[in-house]
Amino acid sequence: MTASTNGYLLEASDVSKRYGAVVALKSASLRVRPGEAHALMGANGAGKSTLVKVLTGAVRPDGGTITVRGKERTAHSPAEARRGGLVSVYQEPALIPDLDISSNLRLTETPLEPFRDWVRQLGLGKLDISRMARDLPLATLRIIDLARALAIRPDVLMLDEITAALPANLTERVLEVVASQRGGEGSIIFISHRMTEIASVCDRATVLREGATVGVVDVSADSADRIVELMLGEAVGEMPERTERSVQAAEQGEVPRLEVRSLGSSGRLRDVTFDIRAGEVVGLVALEGQGQDELFDILAGSEHATAGEVLVDGRPVSFRHPADAIRAGIVFVPADRAEALLMQRSVRENIALPFSAPISGWGPIWSRKEKPKVDKAIDTLQIDTRAQKEVRLLSGGNQQKVTIARWVAGGVQTMLCFDPTRGIDIRTKHQVYLLLRDLAEAGAAVLLYTSELSEIQLACDRAIVIFGGEVVAEIAASEADEATLLRAAHNLRSDAPLPEEVVAAAVAAEEDVEAAGEEPAPSKPGEAGDL
Amino acid sequence: MSTTVDRPDQATARTSSALKSTIQRHGWTLGLVGILVVLLVVTRLIQPTYGAAGVQGLAVSVLPLAFAAVAQAIAVIARGIDLSVGSMMALTSVISASLMDERSEGFAVLVVIGVLLLGCVLGAVNGSLIVVTRVPDIVVTLAMLFVWAGCALLVLGTPGGGSAEWLRGLTGGSILSEWIPKAALLLLVIVGVIWIPIRRSRLGLSLYAIGSDPLAAYRSGVSVTRTKILAYTLTGLFSAFAGLTLTATTGIGTPVPGPYTLLSVAAVVLGGVSLAGGRGGVFGPIVAVVILSLLRTDMTFLNVNTNLATVAQGLILVGVVMVGSLLQLRKREP
Repeated sequence: MTASTNGYLLEASDVSKRYGAVVALKSASLRVRPGEAHALMGANGAGKSTLVKVLTGAVRPDGGTITVRGKERTAHSPAEARRGGLVSVYQEPALIPDLDISSNLRLTETPLEPFRDWVRQLGLGKLDISRMARDLPLATLRIIDLARALAIRPDVLMLDEITAALPANLTERVLEVVASQRGGEGSIIFISHRMTEIASVCDRATVLREGATVGVVDVSADSADRIVELMLGEAVGEMPERTERSVQAAEQGEVPRLEVRSLGSSGRLRDVTFDIRAGEVVGLVALEGQGQDELFDILAGSEHATAGEVLVDGRPVSFRHPADAIRAGIVFVPADRAEALLMQRSVRENIALPFSAPISGWGPIWSRKEKPKVDKAIDTLQIDTRAQKEVRLLSGGNQQKVTIARWVAGGVQTMLCFDPTRGIDIRTKHQVYLLLRDLAEAGAAVLLYTSELSEIQLACDRAIVIFGGEVVAEIAASEADEATLLRAAHNLRSDAPLPEEVVAAAVAAEEDVEAAGEEPAPSKPGEAGDL
Repeated sequence: MSTTVDRPDQATARTSSALKSTIQRHGWTLGLVGILVVLLVVTRLIQPTYGAAGVQGLAVSVLPLAFAAVAQAIAVIARGIDLSVGSMMALTSVISASLMDERSEGFAVLVVIGVLLLGCVLGAVNGSLIVVTRVPDIVVTLAMLFVWAGCALLVLGTPGGGSAEWLRGLTGGSILSEWIPKAALLLLVIVGVIWIPIRRSRLGLSLYAIGSDPLAAYRSGVSVTRTKILAYTLTGLFSAFAGLTLTATTGIGTPVPGPYTLLSVAAVVLGGVSLAGGRGGVFGPIVAVVILSLLRTDMTFLNVNTNLATVAQGLILVGVVMVGSLLQLRKREP
């Protein structure tokens, strides 16, 4: 192991890249020491993903140098970067859906034994590598992707939002493994929006803003503020204090906006009952695969319930098509932005679509009527419209804002948000919270599923917790700290420890479609889990 | 495939599940074979004289289309489509027929090798154009359909030329038993010798990879462009086989062959290859070709109007694919 003379394993200096008129990178620099876990931070659109693409050879930079162990190097493809010892694990696993796992391993020439070892260490005990990648759940695929990368002992391992949407127990294992790699020969570049993860596993952090490196921070317990400050370029405004008024008013309101009564759906959902009043934001908390996907699909009209009923403003409704739900005032913001947007069309068209094309008719669309509404929506949400010709050119955060804006523009009664802040930066997240609060203030009912537990206290009035297809807890926002929520999500009493078995069973249930309906049996309590 | 990586202690436990998954994976092809057997029985029932000779005739008549279906299947697996298959068949057919006409048998061997290489070149040109211009596959191959068709007419304005005797001998008649047509054996040997090793190599994995998810393939270190060119090269090669067998079975070169391109797409769809790429194989389409041909034969036996038979063929195609997809959906949902 020899680092270059200046002590850096990987060194990128003054990297720049422009796409037409849009400058993605102005002068980004990144220096990674051997054996360190290095966080790469930046708000959406700061150039993080472009820098990653440059490093992995997916994009050729316009300027700047990249040296590995002191030798200058330009990779022209991920394959080349890989041979040079630089391996990436992306947000979407790079596994071929139509090949089984063993073929996927052969494709990347991954040695099998180390792979199995890593799979075990990462907490996926039994893995049948003859299964098709498309048949495995996303969380498992991410772990496989990570194990595959670790197995070839890369010099630099780049992890892009590896913990996003991983269940809590797997996240913990992944962070442990990342931490265990520190001090070794290789380095890790860690990209995450979750400050606590950065604080727990990273040594240093490089912060990008508007395409340039604005600072390198030694990570410690209290460096989070400094990092956020650098990312935003100004002090972060605290979330405004919530007024309890709207909730109180809602308490006295006669009929809830949305009532769900004993809702069931073949296997996944068993007995879900809750209601949301106008003016309320209700958070939904659940481990992966506890029935939340089915619940949202049913409420949004894209799936049928097999039991129970849904009432809107006190009237029972039955949806045969999402159009029915929209007509009943229920709109859905899915987690996958690609599912919601017409990626090749303009921002304007995307926002205007739901209200300018009433589902009942094929008539002409009057752009004069549509324009003020669209402008107002863009304005309220502060959508960056530099690249408004095609939505796919926007950054992830801005795309997410469009998915919400399109419903705001038409006026909204009930909004279902499924993990709307997944993978977007902190500033945009806060804008989304504020927007949800504003919607509630204006009299809408909002149901927010989130995989990030801290969001409950930031954005919600109360939280309901689903486990094994049933509502197991309802917690007021003031008491919904992360530990309480996590225990509730594992269906534990608030004072009970967090047994490993329950976690493992929950993951197994998620993996196994057949076993989906069965509640993982909580057995003897094991060591206390932390959070 | 999984057996190569199993550890000994797990191997026995896996055997039965591996068998099950193999059956599952080839379920579509096995289903098609079932349909084919039923069709053969039906044929025998409605035409009791249908026997070894009928099977031989069937094998000879489907041979060019079977190769065309294999060619198309490879392009489709790699998330492409080749509309120039029929034109490449025409071009290779007329070139081989005009070169072999009244020449020595030995010279014909050189012609065959040359024409196969030419097929590779034609396919590589298609693939390279797609990769370099970034014009969608369907547009490039549509354009090349006209280019290769024009070339074929330049070589031979009207059907003509000839075929070497040994080449005709390879496709006609039977071997070992009167029930095993030479044509069927030739098809299986050629496809087996070329396709199976490729399927098991990194190239094969890459073909399925770029068809299944090009981005994931790219990130896994697969060269998407090179793989695509190779996929079309293989398509060209099998189109050349199709053209050669067209010459061999008819004895002449045909500059304007039948609707082979669209039939090959039909066979690929019926054969269980996903038009979205990444799924299926080449043997399903071969069986599908035989089924489509046998259906027509049966309808002829039943004195069905030929135009009506064409209508029926289309409806059956949609019906089979629909039922098959429903069965697969049913299987996935518990």
